[in-house]
Amino acid sequence: MGDVLFTSAIDGLLIGVIYGLAAMGLTLIFGVMDVINLAHGPLIALGMFGVYLLFTFLGLNPFLAVAIVAVIGLLLGVVIYFIAVNRVIDAPPLSSLLSTFSVNMIIIGIGTAMLSTSSYNVDYSMGTMDLGFFRAPGARIAASLVALLTTALLYIFLYRTRPGKYIRAVANNRISAELMGIPSTRILALAFGVGVMLATVAGGLIATILPINILAGGSYELKSFVIVVLGGLGNPLGALLGGLILGLIEGIVPVFMKTTWVPVIEYVLFVLILLVRPQGILGAKE
Amino acid sequence: MKRLFKPGLLIPIAIIIVLAIWPLLSGNSASSREAMFTLIMSMALASSLNIILGYTGYVSFGHIVFFGIGGYAGFWAITVLGWHILPAALLGGLIAALIAWLLGLAVLRLRGAYFALATIGILEAMKALVVNLDFLGGPVGMEMHFSEYKRYGGPMQSLWMIYWSMVILAIIVVVVSYFIKTSKFGLGLMAIREDEDAAEVMGVITPRAKTWAYVLSAVFPGIIGVLFFFKNGNIEPGDAFRLHFSIEWIVMIMLGGAGTVLGPIFGGGVYQWLRKTLLTSPLFKNYQLVVAGVMLLLIVLFVPTGVIGWLRARSAKLRRIFE
Amino acid sequence: MSRKWIFVALLVLALTLAACGGQKATEAPKAEQPAATEAPKAEQPKATEAPKEEAPAAKEKTVVIGFTASQTGKYNVSSTRQTTGLQMWMDDVNKAGGVKLADGTVVKFKAVSYDDESNKDRVQELYTKLATDDKADFLISPYSSGLTAAAAVIAEQYGIPMITTGAASDATYKQGYTVVYQAYTPASRYLTGAIDLLMNLDSNAKKVAFVYENSKFATGVNEAAKAYAEDKGLDVVLFEGYDPDTKDFNAIINKIEAAAPDAILGGGHFQDGSTFARQLYEKGTKVKFISLLVAPPEPTFAELGDAAVGVTGPSQWEPAAKYTPESAKAAGLEWFGPTGESFTKAYQAAHDGEDPSYHVAGGYAAGLILQKAIETAGTVEKDAVLKALDATDMMIFFGHIKFDTSADAHGLQVGHDMILIQWQKEGDKLVKQVVWPEAGATAKPIYPIH
Repeated sequence: MGDVLFTSAIDGLLIGVIYGLAAMGLTLIFGVMDVINLAHGPLIALGMFGVYLLFTFLGLNPFLAVAIVAVIGLLLGVVIYFIAVNRVIDAPPLSSLLSTFSVNMIIIGIGTAMLSTSSYNVDYSMGTMDLGFFRAPGARIAASLVALLTTALLYIFLYRTRPGKYIRAVANNRISAELMGIPSTRILALAFGVGVMLATVAGGLIATILPINILAGGSYELKSFVIVVLGGLGNPLGALLGGLILGLIEGIVPVFMKTTWVPVIEYVLFVLILLVRPQGILGAKE
Repeated sequence: MKRLFKPGLLIPIAIIIVLAIWPLLSGNSASSREAMFTLIMSMALASSLNIILGYTGYVSFGHIVFFGIGGYAGFWAITVLGWHILPAALLGGLIAALIAWLLGLAVLRLRGAYFALATIGILEAMKALVVNLDFLGGPVGMEMHFSEYKRYGGPMQSLWMIYWSMVILAIIVVVVSYFIKTSKFGLGLMAIREDEDAAEVMGVITPRAKTWAYVLSAVFPGIIGVLFFFKNGNIEPGDAFRLHFSIEWIVMIMLGGAGTVLGPIFGGGVYQWLRKTLLTSPLFKNYQLVVAGVMLLLIVLFVPTGVIGWLRARSAKLRRIFE
Repeated sequence: MSRKWIFVALLVLALTLAACGGQKATEAPKAEQPAATEAPKAEQPKATEAPKEEAPAAKEKTVVIGFTASQTGKYNVSSTRQTTGLQMWMDDVNKAGGVKLADGTVVKFKAVSYDDESNKDRVQELYTKLATDDKADFLISPYSSGLTAAAAVIAEQYGIPMITTGAASDATYKQGYTVVYQAYTPASRYLTGAIDLLMNLDSNAKKVAFVYENSKFATGVNEAAKAYAEDKGLDVVLFEGYDPDTKDFNAIINKIEAAAPDAILGGGHFQDGSTFARQLYEKGTKVKFISLLVAPPEPTFAELGDAAVGVTGPSQWEPAAKYTPESAKAAGLEWFGPTGESFTKAYQAAHDGEDPSYHVAGGYAAGLILQKAIETAGTVEKDAVLKALDATDMMIFFGHIKFDTSADAHGLQVGHDMILIQWQKEGDKLVKQVVWPEAGATAKPIYPIH
């Protein structure tokens, strides 16, 4: 019993880091501009296929491909911001929910037409790591490490660089930031770009370990919602913690009951936290 | 009684009736009946959602949860208890309303994006729960024995019966929607939409009004769920609680105009007609989702009030005709 | 200004998309595309090859066969094969001059099909369209029990005979249907062979784990297999379903390892099954025997490489299956249609030497069953064809075909039997061998695999 708990917990944490990374993209965008990006799932899927295509047709190492996908994700995010988000940034929440959802439909539509909804695999293996007390595919461990690294880079960016500090300033109070001479529209676009970048990177990492299809982003989007609420909407560090918690739940709960109860627990927890503690478990605000 | 003979009510009812009798006039009645069924069902669903979304301004993203709950309750009553479809449909509506009332007490305290997220969470939780409930068939759902249709004179008669029930229900939804919009209750809801705190100060008992709006918007999807799954002959968690379908209702409302009586009727009809056309055209089959997405984006960005809302804003004359 | 600009940009985007809407998807899924990709497809074999010996006065009649295929989505691999098989049958019968009815009319077949995207709610919409708009005379089921259950309701509502293939779940045939006939061995008899083999190989193997997809088909198979295993005195240490969309089996694999079974039985359809096998291998799970549904008999399962070695799976049919006119005679059954050998050769010729999988054979068999019923009835009139289907008792290359005609399980397949295959290594090459039943085996089973 102890053994299986231990293995399940480590497995859960490994995948939880990647969930957390995906959720960070969602929560960063919400924190900065109060927009829930409903195109999050399809953007994760685009990241998956970016890595798949670069690996399969150019023969790139998938982890190198993730870096390229990150750059594309950033640019794509900025483009989406100017097309779909900028005009509704101050409108009631329904408008931005629907405009990002329409981006979701467009991506899924084009993706389905070009790639169909069938499954693909990135045929990449790093063997099985056997530490005696714990066994896991090597790619899984590598993907989790890259996710941790990306999180660290995000922190350096937000706290140690000028554009990062601008983003935090705009998140804090857009009007005063503007008064201080920060070009808020450009910073909002940058923040959206970084959020999308995180989603695509997470998707790319998932592609290295699990089968993908164009609709696969949807389930990670839902997980991201849960994580974001667990960690507090708008709090990137909380998202990492939320991701780890979700990973642990997914790893450990099946030891005690059927795996089909996992989503019930996740979503009930999600609604309950929204009701009693909308600032999240870490949230200090209010 | 005078309120009954206003064009604001008569126009949407007339639209539904004309569409409803179309299968009787056209040559291939079975095929056009199926098409009209989808159209009229969408109109009724969008109109129901409009009560909480359009009038009250609460974005219920996972509204299909009531369609699923009602569908399951009714289907269970038919297959396990052996009920007739009509009481079973009412049961579906009742259970949906009851659950909406209980949920409403809790989640209607949330505002804006938080409420929208909570409704998605509720939907997914309910779907995952039903997968684990063996008495509802678990993950594989329930099937209805085919002989059930014999009770209503065979499958063809059953299909027609379901069709006319749906038409009548759609008309009832429109009437309810119209009366809410033109009543003091509706005025209270719209005050909540514009500014909830101000509405409270002005004497609207907001929790009660919101809960009633939520319950009213849930009861019809519950009934429709029973009719729909009875027609399909089976029910599964994936079909009963499909998030995408309920987002489509929002698109229909936005297309026609949120907060209007005619808007969801117009939007539901146009959306489904467009979808059917695109889906069966070899040219657009793969791109129907893209076209729908671009359409939605254009509406949200440039005509946020929808077609009917836009027309109403254009001229005072139209404002008197379209409600 | 910017407002107008965005508007124009979006319009241009919409128009561009409209313009390229006609282009077909270029990225083909791993399995090869069937001949049929355009939907709605109405491939009318030109009636130039009129039967030569026929008097020129012979009337010709075109019968419409409607079905949906999962050209995309999670069932696309198996469904595509099924469609290929059905299409082969149709080409063969039309080329041979069609079916001659009692009144001298020659019947040719025409397929009308749509893409159901592996999506259940599309199925009912499309079968209704087939029944009403396209006026299909006969229907063939989509692939998978879930989609077929949805389609069967429509077939029954409109009273159009339907041959199901790729749809094994027993439950569908217990809903009081009268026009639905099953080509496959039903789900309840899928894994019993695997259990028999296991017990035959190792009398010490006691602990089995059932891990299966939460779909109609896999649930039916595994519930029946569990009862069978317990009946045989095996110890079921784990019995658990997973969501059909599961991509990450890690949590379940940990659970399996904790239960330490001798054998893992289960799976579901192609995509989840092959992912499950791959992750079991990557995780290095030690187990003596694995038997999964649907995925292993599929030739593309070999793409898993070493992860495929030793995995067994029940199959409806294999090229090595020995159903011949002689065996039919021995069993006192009527033989109908081509031999397995000529079917396999024809398929290989068209597909670079690849062996046909049982889904291809099932598609062909569905067509044959219908053809035989029309020939026996001598008419395409529905009631007569249904009567002929009820009376079907024949041997084809696919095996023995006979339907249950009782009111409780009308249309359920009672003639056909399963075999069990295993992937084995021959040098560097992966080869699929028949390992059960013993009489038809082409190789000795590898046991234990770890």
